[in-house]
Amino acid sequence: MKWLSKWRQILFLSVMTFVLAGCGKPFLSTLQPAGEVAKTQYDLMLLSTAIMVGVIIVVVLIFLYVIFKFRRKDDIIPKQVEGSHKLEIIWTIIPILLLVVLAIPTVAATFDLADTAEMEKENSDAVVVNVRASLYWWEFEYPNEKIVTSQELVVPTDEKVYFNLKASDVKHSFWVPAVGGKIDTNVDNTNKFWLEFDSQKAAEAGNLFYGKCAELCGPSHALMDFKVKAVSRAEYDGWVGDMQSVTEPKQAKTASAQQGQEIYNASCIGCHAVTPTNSSPEAARIAPNLSNFGDRTTIAGVLEHNEENLKKWLQDPETYKPGNKMTGQYKIEELDEQELNSLTEYLMNLKTQE
Amino acid sequence: MSTYAQQKGLGAFLWDYLTTVDHKKIAHLYLIAGALFFVIGGLEAMIIRVQLIQPDSNFVSAGLYNEIITMHGTTMIFLAATPLLFAFMNAIVPLQIGARDVAFPFINSLGFWLFLAGGLFLNCSWFLGGAPDAGWTSYASLSLESPGHGIDFYTIGLQISGFGTLMSGINFLVTIINMRAPGMTFMRMPLFTWTTFVASTLILFAFTPLAVGLFLLTFDRLFGANFFDVAGGGNTIIYEHIFWIFGHPEVYILILPAFGIFSEIFPTFARKRLFGYSSMVFATMLIGFFGFMVWAHHMFTTGLGPIANAIFAVATMAIAVPTGIKIFNWLFTMWGGSVKFTTPMLYAVAFIPSFVMGGVTGVMQAAAPADYQYHDSYFIVAHFHYVIVGGVVLALLAATHFYWPKMFGTMLSEKLGKVTFWLFLIGFHLTFFVQHFLGLMGMPRRVFTFLPDQGWETANLISTIGAFVMAVAVIVLLINVIITSVKNEKVGNDPWEDGRTLEWAISSPPPFYNFKQTPLVRGLDTYWIEKMEGKKGLTPAEPLGDIHMPNSSFTPFMISLGLFIAAFGAIYQYDLKTDDVFANQAGIIVFIIGLLITFGSMIFRSVKDDHGFHIHKEDLQDEDKGGKA
Repeated sequence: MKWLSKWRQILFLSVMTFVLAGCGKPFLSTLQPAGEVAKTQYDLMLLSTAIMVGVIIVVVLIFLYVIFKFRRKDDIIPKQVEGSHKLEIIWTIIPILLLVVLAIPTVAATFDLADTAEMEKENSDAVVVNVRASLYWWEFEYPNEKIVTSQELVVPTDEKVYFNLKASDVKHSFWVPAVGGKIDTNVDNTNKFWLEFDSQKAAEAGNLFYGKCAELCGPSHALMDFKVKAVSRAEYDGWVGDMQSVTEPKQAKTASAQQGQEIYNASCIGCHAVTPTNSSPEAARIAPNLSNFGDRTTIAGVLEHNEENLKKWLQDPETYKPGNKMTGQYKIEELDEQELNSLTEYLMNLKTQE
Repeated sequence: MSTYAQQKGLGAFLWDYLTTVDHKKIAHLYLIAGALFFVIGGLEAMIIRVQLIQPDSNFVSAGLYNEIITMHGTTMIFLAATPLLFAFMNAIVPLQIGARDVAFPFINSLGFWLFLAGGLFLNCSWFLGGAPDAGWTSYASLSLESPGHGIDFYTIGLQISGFGTLMSGINFLVTIINMRAPGMTFMRMPLFTWTTFVASTLILFAFTPLAVGLFLLTFDRLFGANFFDVAGGGNTIIYEHIFWIFGHPEVYILILPAFGIFSEIFPTFARKRLFGYSSMVFATMLIGFFGFMVWAHHMFTTGLGPIANAIFAVATMAIAVPTGIKIFNWLFTMWGGSVKFTTPMLYAVAFIPSFVMGGVTGVMQAAAPADYQYHDSYFIVAHFHYVIVGGVVLALLAATHFYWPKMFGTMLSEKLGKVTFWLFLIGFHLTFFVQHFLGLMGMPRRVFTFLPDQGWETANLISTIGAFVMAVAVIVLLINVIITSVKNEKVGNDPWEDGRTLEWAISSPPPFYNFKQTPLVRGLDTYWIEKMEGKKGLTPAEPLGDIHMPNSSFTPFMISLGLFIAAFGAIYQYDLKTDDVFANQAGIIVFIIGLLITFGSMIFRSVKDDHGFHIHKEDLQDEDKGGKA
């Protein structure tokens, strides 16, 4: 009966794959919570699911009994029952009690997750990030560290990170599913909330969480992704130090990269700054800061990070992110292939990390 | 039937429908128009699912996709579900309360033509530079940024059709309050009438804020106002509030009549009166009331703060209680009954577990902090499709089969009906069940594509397959309708043989004046009471007399046509290139002509004396006994 045991193995494996696949990817799934906020929310999900599955079971049992037991078999007219106060009271009271069980942790968690008192304190050493969402990119400003980056948020693990969030054009919504629920970035006001990134879970997710825009914002809403690098506090401090040390645009090293830099300074720098210690006002920061472009994992948030994709993006951003604000802002067709290569080389070497 | 245009030419037939003020014919119009929009919305849904069948799909472009999702949602809610429910309300409610017609037949007709004018106007956008693309919610910051005139078609189209809905709602309120037959006390009203009554109240209070919101958005976009323009001192959060103060009750406007339909079907085919009638009525009112207290649960992530979120979370949970009461009452209606599984009953039975699924995910979302995860993800898409398809659409399909003989005098094929049922049910669960998990796995809603390697491929594929199964089910239904209409085998008053309420005591379809003599209502389920006492018909409440009927009128069509024309003028007076109000003279002229037609028709209606006509007693006596009360 060898074939049978083999079949069993295959069956077991396929069931396991299905179950594991059912939980999604560790860097993206709310079902694999990687921090205190997501965990709180996950626990609430489990509690509410448990209560609701209980309700479903009761309904389904009565349901099955009724539809099998009371099929029409003869022409006898059944007794016309008006109702039953006892039963009706039972199915009013029990749901109320179940809802109380759910309501108490709900209210408690609502207040916990909204508690941002720490960031208001003076001399607080909590990490604060100002998130600004624009069509279709994300800016992350660290007001205490006085640095600005974009598209890839870097945060320390195992401590609360506080966020101020707003949008600069239309409403977006900031969501890192594995780490915590979303909050909208409004055009009217600044929202505040906090997240915590668990070091162990972060390691399982390759220290890189996926972030999403969760509010319809235009054609490329689906492509408004960002990434979150969750690293240890020491690494984080190191990264901040490296970023702060870049006070002047980094000079290109090779000759061709220098040519690239010249092209960049002529056509790109008007929108894309290359110094993280950017002191220009928000309104002037109209495109992603590229100081550490070479360190990033994606191009434009969606393409794999390599030179070929960078060239494709520079040549035709509209194809890769319809409705983006970069299309038509520069004349890429004036560059020959060699110039494009130098520009790419320059950009890929914009790193603060070695 | 003398009122049916079998011997008349096509022109006379069309004229008859264009001018009718008869609630039964208006029901036909709503059914046809609603079905047309349902098919359009369904095709849009299929395009959505084909686009999402695999990652990085290029079936439609990003911008077009946003237009399609917007139109899918808008069409299904405003132009398909609502009018289809109106079709059954119009066909059945006046009969259920023993009335000759609705209180304002003219307004009833006007309501329909306004709805149609608005719906057609909205869909004209496809051919005039692109449909609206900011989602059916049309949140202000995005809808103000949206280029072209798409959003303007949305605001003005919905404004016109919303007028129609509002009028119909008021009409039903007045009808149900004033036109009940003698003996039909409020607590003897059938549940479908009750739910129509409560839903109409919700329409009255919910469509008014919608009208305001749409007006403000229209003025921001076309007439240079700044209500929602932050740079100009406006506020977009206000738009969200206004929209959801309408939007949440809207869900109940759809689901309550659906509950009503099922509350008619369960007792009929279980041959047992509705279990806990008074608690059903009370639960309906409670749901309607709570429906206005919970709108901010659509805005948990807007940043309203923990106090607002906590209050709205608990209020939302409370709605589960009356809904639960209803579910158990339906189950216990069947308990001890004699259940016959006809097609409508299959839908009713399948509705219970399907809707409970949608209900429990609703409670899960009421837990605000957990909703921060669900919000705007595919979990929400799954939830509201479980509620709207598993509740409203199943009810509409059930009602189509259940009331078809009463509306058209012939039965839809039970065999094909059951094929539709099984295909639709399986397709529905296949499509939407997996979407819960897609959402939990981090997939946001309203995305035109998704990148590979995020763990979403399989579920999206399954979902698309399910959508095709549902599409086949709808095609089978259409075939069923065609075959049935061609065969046209006439049926009697009570084709299901277990009818309980007044509408089953009258011929199928009823004569244009409904009951020859207004019936006397002797209790809940009057017709059942009479049948159980061995009587064939109802006890009349009055001697046979002349019947006063309203005249047909073309004016409602003209009023609506005028607004349809004016709407184009309102849009095209604005110059997109220069951002100038009243820049296009042709637009202004069209606007004025349209309004002249509308107001001219209204003046015509006001100054013209129209006393209607009388059907004389003698003529009634001569007619066959089919319409005997």
